[in-house]
Amino acid sequence: MSNRIDVKKTYKLFINGAFPRTESGRTYEVKSAKGVFIANPCLASRKDLKDAVVAARAAQHGWNKATAYNKGQILYRLAEMLEGRRTQFVDEIVTVTEVSKAKAEKEVTDSVDRLVWYAGWSDKISSLSGALNPVAGPYYNFTIPESMGVIAAIAPETPSLLGLIDSIAPIIVGGNTVIVLASTKAPLSAMSFAEVIATSDVPAGVINILTGKKDEITPWMASHMDIDGLDISGLGGKKHAEVKSAGTENLKRIYSFKNADPGRILAFMENKTVWHPIGL
Amino acid sequence: MGEKLSFEYAPAPESRALVSIKPKYGHFIGGKFVAGSKHFPTINPATEEVLSQIARGGKSDVDAAVKAARKAYTTTWSKMSGKERGKYLFRIARIMQERSREFAVLETLDNGKPIRESRDVDVPLSAAHFFYHAGWADKLEYAGLGTTPKAHGVAGQIIPWNFPLLMLAWKVAPALAAGNTVVLKPAETTSLTALLFAEVCQQAELPAGVVNIVTGDGSTGALIVNHPGIDKIAFTGSTEVGKIIARAVAPTNKSVTLELGGKAANIIFEDAAIDESVEGIVNGIFFNQGHVCCAGSRLILQESIADEVLEKLKNRMAKIRVGDPMDKNTDLGAINSKEQLLKIRELTAAGDSEGAERWSAPCDLPGKGFWFAPTIFTGVTQAHRIAREEIFGPVLSVLTFRTPQEGIDKANNTPFGLSAGIWSEKGSKVLWASQQLRAGVIWANTFNKFDPTSPFGGYKESGWGREGGRHGLSAYLKGVSHE
Repeated sequence: MSNRIDVKKTYKLFINGAFPRTESGRTYEVKSAKGVFIANPCLASRKDLKDAVVAARAAQHGWNKATAYNKGQILYRLAEMLEGRRTQFVDEIVTVTEVSKAKAEKEVTDSVDRLVWYAGWSDKISSLSGALNPVAGPYYNFTIPESMGVIAAIAPETPSLLGLIDSIAPIIVGGNTVIVLASTKAPLSAMSFAEVIATSDVPAGVINILTGKKDEITPWMASHMDIDGLDISGLGGKKHAEVKSAGTENLKRIYSFKNADPGRILAFMENKTVWHPIGL
Repeated sequence: MGEKLSFEYAPAPESRALVSIKPKYGHFIGGKFVAGSKHFPTINPATEEVLSQIARGGKSDVDAAVKAARKAYTTTWSKMSGKERGKYLFRIARIMQERSREFAVLETLDNGKPIRESRDVDVPLSAAHFFYHAGWADKLEYAGLGTTPKAHGVAGQIIPWNFPLLMLAWKVAPALAAGNTVVLKPAETTSLTALLFAEVCQQAELPAGVVNIVTGDGSTGALIVNHPGIDKIAFTGSTEVGKIIARAVAPTNKSVTLELGGKAANIIFEDAAIDESVEGIVNGIFFNQGHVCCAGSRLILQESIADEVLEKLKNRMAKIRVGDPMDKNTDLGAINSKEQLLKIRELTAAGDSEGAERWSAPCDLPGKGFWFAPTIFTGVTQAHRIAREEIFGPVLSVLTFRTPQEGIDKANNTPFGLSAGIWSEKGSKVLWASQQLRAGVIWANTFNKFDPTSPFGGYKESGWGREGGRHGLSAYLKGVSHE
């Protein structure tokens, strides 16, 4: 053992491509399962959420406009960056959750592979869900899935990294931008994943990550009029009714998911049908 | 302007001899017509003549209908093969075609819409919806929801008064094809074609309880929405009521689809074919008296062509024939109810008071019944109520723009997102605009076209889900990964 004092990381939020502290100045303590102090991450405020929504809204048009090929490559780049930093993520998962190293390694492996899987959907999802509709008349008529807009997500408490990937990747691969609330007890994976994002050519504002309390932030997300959809997979089932009710003011699309499948991508896409006459 | 057309049309009234309307109706539950307890009159909005007495469904009626639907689902419909279910739907489609004139006349009498529209649009499209969905019944495993998609069970369906039979078809046909049974409530002012449809179900020998129809008002609808025996709610109507339903259903496991309001932009670019655009504007807002959720109620005109388009539009509007809906030459029929007429008057008065300029086509409105002349407002700003709120009448708000991006921004400046129109002769611009517009249905160089194969439904506050096509069918099936 060297006597060197190691340099610890300050865990901050990730909003609009930058790493700000919460404007509220509030933090909370994260401890390992055995009670050892690990970090003081931010307790994000309503203002932090608003800032993240503004960034996500501003970024949405450009991200949506990016070609499917480009979006797929950027998601793949996230996988590349995560692969290169496996050790760090394994260490953090072990430190916070005190699972075995093998289990943590499997979670990181699954996370990398999951990103690659989602990356491949970017230029295939519209052939899965789109249609050329044979209407009874001289019209060319087609339906295509389109991005819904700005989506918020509550990541599950565990697995903190793989759950985060499932809360981000299906949403952005469809052309949406996202504000995700990380696992409260194990936010380190999320905040380190922000560093992966920052080095993967993801445009600023496309992915925004908050840390804090679910009970505090979820109602703000549900009632925010400029959030179009909400993934509540990480929220306990008992809270779902309340959140869905709060989301009706702008008829927010609110879903929870059990699996990673294309339906998870399509849930936050809108189908657009276009008609045009055929003739001379 | 003001110059009258030099020739007039002789009246060409459709005969009403084909329909027989009973003095009083009950509900259709478990395959039988059962007496109602309380009744209210349904009138012809073009004459205010009382056509019949309609039952106001209460708790016991809704309970009985749900019970009948559950029994039919459990004992018959869920056990029948898709192939056999489909054959019932084909039968229904065929009988609707056979009795199409009867449906059209009854629809026009009860709703006030021109016979030309009920005859050429509502009824044939309704039959087409049943025919289309009939073919899905034995092909559900190919609907993209996995190999074993399942019906929800009992669907509660609440429909509006603007396309009474067509909205019934949009709801009932996919529900039955997917294997659900239904409890349907038609709108308070337009129950007659739904009750005639019940006769069609009898003629088709549809098993008892597969389709149940409970008539009534909003209170009856609320009983359906809140009924614990219902698995799926489908509603078409206002965004205001849609939000109430969404809130009511939030704590339950019911699946929901909502087709709600709109404030569609109809954008005319300077390179549009002007005469065709004018026809498209007229069709967009005056079709069905503007009682259309996807009506092109905001005309977004490029400034360089605004004067020319408005002059031609006014000329064209002066030739719209307003009057007897039973006359085959009529273009614009009666407003569906006094209540709706008052709403249109209230919103147009707000247009006046907020500073927009009103112009109405010169026309003689009948003395009896509910009528509103085709009207446009110019000088409308985005903050005006007539640019933001759904009027649901023959009233068009005109806004202008200079650059294409400004046109798109104005079009998208609304909490609604149901439909939009684009007029331009330039292909790349049409496709660009269709990508930019935040709406579920885009009509480019056309407007107000509908087809059972074509998914219809809104973005944002215009609703949840689609109707029509494979996308619409999926709303009646379990199998999607999210809940």
